[in-house]
Amino acid sequence: MSTANALVISDLNVRYGHVQALSGLSLSVGEGEIVAVLGNNGAGKTTTLATVSGVVRAVGGRVTAFGKDITNGKPWDIVGAGIVHVPEGRRIFSRLSVHENLQMGGYLVGDRAAIARRTRRVYELFPRLGERRKQEGGTLSGGEQQMLAVGRALIAEPRLMMLDEPSMGLAPLVVKDIMGVIKAINETGTSVLLVEQNARAALAIADRAYVIETGTVALSGRAADLATDSRVVDAYLGA
Amino acid sequence: MTQLIWNGIFIGAFYALVALGYSMVYGIIKLLNFAHGDIYMLGAFGGFAMLTAFGGSVAGGSIVALLIVLVLSMLGTGMFGVVLERVAYRPVRTAPRLNALITAVGASFTIEYGTSLVAGPNPEVYPVQLSGSALHVLDAHINIQQIVLVGIAVALMIAMNLWVLRTRSGRAMRAISQDPKACLYMGVNVDGVISWAFFIGSALAGAAGVMAGAYFGTVNFLMGFIIGLKAFTAAVIGGIGNIPGAVLGGILLGLLESFGTAWLGGQWRDVFTFVVLILLLTVRPTGLLGERVTERV
Repeated sequence: MSTANALVISDLNVRYGHVQALSGLSLSVGEGEIVAVLGNNGAGKTTTLATVSGVVRAVGGRVTAFGKDITNGKPWDIVGAGIVHVPEGRRIFSRLSVHENLQMGGYLVGDRAAIARRTRRVYELFPRLGERRKQEGGTLSGGEQQMLAVGRALIAEPRLMMLDEPSMGLAPLVVKDIMGVIKAINETGTSVLLVEQNARAALAIADRAYVIETGTVALSGRAADLATDSRVVDAYLGA
Repeated sequence: MTQLIWNGIFIGAFYALVALGYSMVYGIIKLLNFAHGDIYMLGAFGGFAMLTAFGGSVAGGSIVALLIVLVLSMLGTGMFGVVLERVAYRPVRTAPRLNALITAVGASFTIEYGTSLVAGPNPEVYPVQLSGSALHVLDAHINIQQIVLVGIAVALMIAMNLWVLRTRSGRAMRAISQDPKACLYMGVNVDGVISWAFFIGSALAGAAGVMAGAYFGTVNFLMGFIIGLKAFTAAVIGGIGNIPGAVLGGILLGLLESFGTAWLGGQWRDVFTFVVLILLLTVRPTGLLGERVTERV
């Protein structure tokens, strides 16, 4: 683990109208790390990612990525800076083909040859997608759609990949596959910020984790420690 | 018979060009752009102004001069469409749909009566009129000019379809029509792509306007109203939001009008046309090529 940080969020505040969604949230992702963010519905996990992506505006605080201030940047500048968001619910373009979905992931990549090369690599990583490249995205199963969402993000060759609930609605075996893929992507040098309600699956691959409650960090530490921490076990692992 | 079919295709080509922009804009931001027909009118007036300014130098009525005017008018109306979206529609994009609809109706009146103020309320006669020798194909009289105009229309439609299907921004446009927020996560400048869609749709309508002015000979500030309604109809018949559907709907509408006129007389034309279309919509409520609504979530 290197000492440089891929992402530093400090004292982030976000409001939706009168509702305070994030209040003074701070966290960081070191380069090469997998960091999990756990928490219940409405705790602010998705808002955190959307704010980093520039889709939701922060009213206070700072977001720094690879040493550069990206607070409230334009979504395309954030993607251009190497930060790619795999959104909650996958958000596959259901009437574009699998192949076109992947091409959309390379929207900001000017080099067509690079897009073609990365697309081939995605098909090697997920042979199922290669078999279904001409099929419309909406016809894939949930697991395949999640693979497609991850593959689509890989076309942009992110330095930091943020995943929002990749396990949602998937069978346990498929969840294991997805987590394996995330681990494999991380081993190629991509830093990962993983938001999950499935704490057990996330902690199994994460280096560190944060637990957030009502828009701020309630607990943080090494994933292995949190996995045995009684507060986490009682609230999120249900063991 | 051949004559009726040709007449239908000819008029249908105009409807199709205008319907394309209607359908594309609806597909991408779910806005019924009621000012779209007025952009067609602006194209006709733009062409009129240019041809008048150049005066006698193009009085020969050469197709080349008309083509240059056509391209310039397309650029002009395209940019007008971009400005219209920026000024009138973008501020209400997240507002309830009815607000945007009313804005579009307002934009339509503003353009119509603005043009009336600037250019005068009386019809103007186009300085260049296309009239020429006719060909006889299977006992139909077909004007060379008609063939050229239909040829231009078809070329524009093909170019636009290639743009939508093959290019990066065309693909982004289709993606935005499905999920604009997901496009942001891909790094797509959604507003920029929407501007492009308005540019292209408005340029096509402008092209139709210039061609209509040159062919039919007169322009007036309300000429966009009826064709706007007809193009909207064509778009709905084809399945609104569907690009090939808009072309199909336009041609079908043209054919129905042509046959309705021949069979029942001109005064029954619209009655015949719309009765058929209403029947068609009761059988296929989503239009001919309307979107299927089966999606796995």
